Amino acid sequence: MLRALVVGLLVSLCAALLGVSLVLKRYAMIGDGLSHVGFGSLAVATAMNAAPLTVSLPVVVLAAFLLLRISSGSKIKGDAAIALISTSSLAIGVAVISLSSGMNTDVCNYMFGSILAMSKADVYLSVTLALLVLILFLFFYHRIFAVTFDETFARATGSRTGIYNMLIALLTALTIVLGMRMMGALLISSLIIFPALTSMRVCKRFKTVTVCAAFVSLACFLCGIIASYFFATPAGASVVIMNIIAFLAFWFLNTLLLWRGRERKK
Amino acid sequence: MLACQDASFACQGVTVAAGLNFSVAPGEWLCVVGENGSGKTTLLQGLLRLKPPHGGRVISSLKAEEIGYLPQQTVVSRDFPASVYEVALSGRLNSLGLRPFYARRDKAAAEMNLERLGILDLKNKCYRELSGGQQQRVLLARALCAARKLLVLDEPATGLDPLATLQLYRLLAEIKRENGLTVVMVSHDIPNALKYADLILHLQGRQIFFGPAAAYRDSPAGRSFIERGPVSVL
Repeated sequence: MLRALVVGLLVSLCAALLGVSLVLKRYAMIGDGLSHVGFGSLAVATAMNAAPLTVSLPVVVLAAFLLLRISSGSKIKGDAAIALISTSSLAIGVAVISLSSGMNTDVCNYMFGSILAMSKADVYLSVTLALLVLILFLFFYHRIFAVTFDETFARATGSRTGIYNMLIALLTALTIVLGMRMMGALLISSLIIFPALTSMRVCKRFKTVTVCAAFVSLACFLCGIIASYFFATPAGASVVIMNIIAFLAFWFLNTLLLWRGRERKK
Repeated sequence: MLACQDASFACQGVTVAAGLNFSVAPGEWLCVVGENGSGKTTLLQGLLRLKPPHGGRVISSLKAEEIGYLPQQTVVSRDFPASVYEVALSGRLNSLGLRPFYARRDKAAAEMNLERLGILDLKNKCYRELSGGQQQRVLLARALCAARKLLVLDEPATGLDPLATLQLYRLLAEIKRENGLTVVMVSHDIPNALKYADLILHLQGRQIFFGPAAAYRDSPAGRSFIERGPVSVL
């Protein structure tokens, strides 16, 4: 339980930090697509009796690069391609599971997550990778900002934007694979999207948005876990519900602030 | 320092600027003029190596890290949260090298450029909540932060009122003199371009004039364009 909590907190932190950049770059759908690829690879890994993380990590990282390449071309094609890849892997995943073990609780666990799905080796790997994501994000923070804000300018003035885009994709893939089994393949992308959108309601600077998203994400995760303990609801769904509540609260707060500002001007 | 030899550029497969032969020496100010759709922006993208030439050659002795750039329209999404200071500071990205964080001199440079453009008091404001003219100045400050040898400006006076435009040209002349910058800009403002620029390049799908600003005034291309000037701006 404690292990799961540590991994969960680290993953929520990574997801929130990357989420700001992904949402602003209009890459939120990529996160969703990747989680479905993760589901497929997880199912295949279980069928082959391989360690889940060692199979799904390279597959999802590969899919991330592929999706990035597709979406940097034409926009409409990118959207359709993401849907194509995510539904294909979902179908393959479900087919493999029903062939190997039959439709059982496993499927439900993959789809919606289970907090007890982690072995000790998994936990060590997860913690290491999550720390790696955090460190890389911190070190490349300014570059990630520049690439997110204005890629053309960054490229014209000599930044190798392709590499930073790939870095963002790599970090996202790692985060999704790590968080997937706890949050569930269908719910993990909310961990990326919600905190960023929530903090963008109120904060106006990239730095404050990033920091605020990190705190919102951590708080929502903790509250969600506590709620899931008391109400015996699945951990992933509870965390997402907390994120919805936080989003609505921030949205309301912003509307209130705007309204008060307008009143004062009168 | 920067030259085109019989270069042509294409935009989505259609050649929009051809027969380009010109060169800019260090410390010179080149102004690219021409009507809308005459290939000016495409030429700048070619000079910045965002786009390979369709034919001919672009010769440049510059590294991309030495260039500052002001895009014509930055496609910044409406909800992008960024402060003025963060945007200006991102211009110093090309002097980071392998360092992960900005040093004190980077921050000082960002503040100095905001000060120069008279928007230091907006430092902590949200970029997207500024007016068009203010946003333009922020992006100019960012370009100045990035420019060490060459400053490339695509219609820098967009969104500025006449007085601010005049101030902008004076400021550019001052910065150019102080830092020995080379300036390449696209402009619709012919009077100011003739007053401040050393060289004029007139495009109309192809190069129809290149030479000193004084000679442009008396050339057939220049005379007809100056006379029709106010109309073609619209």
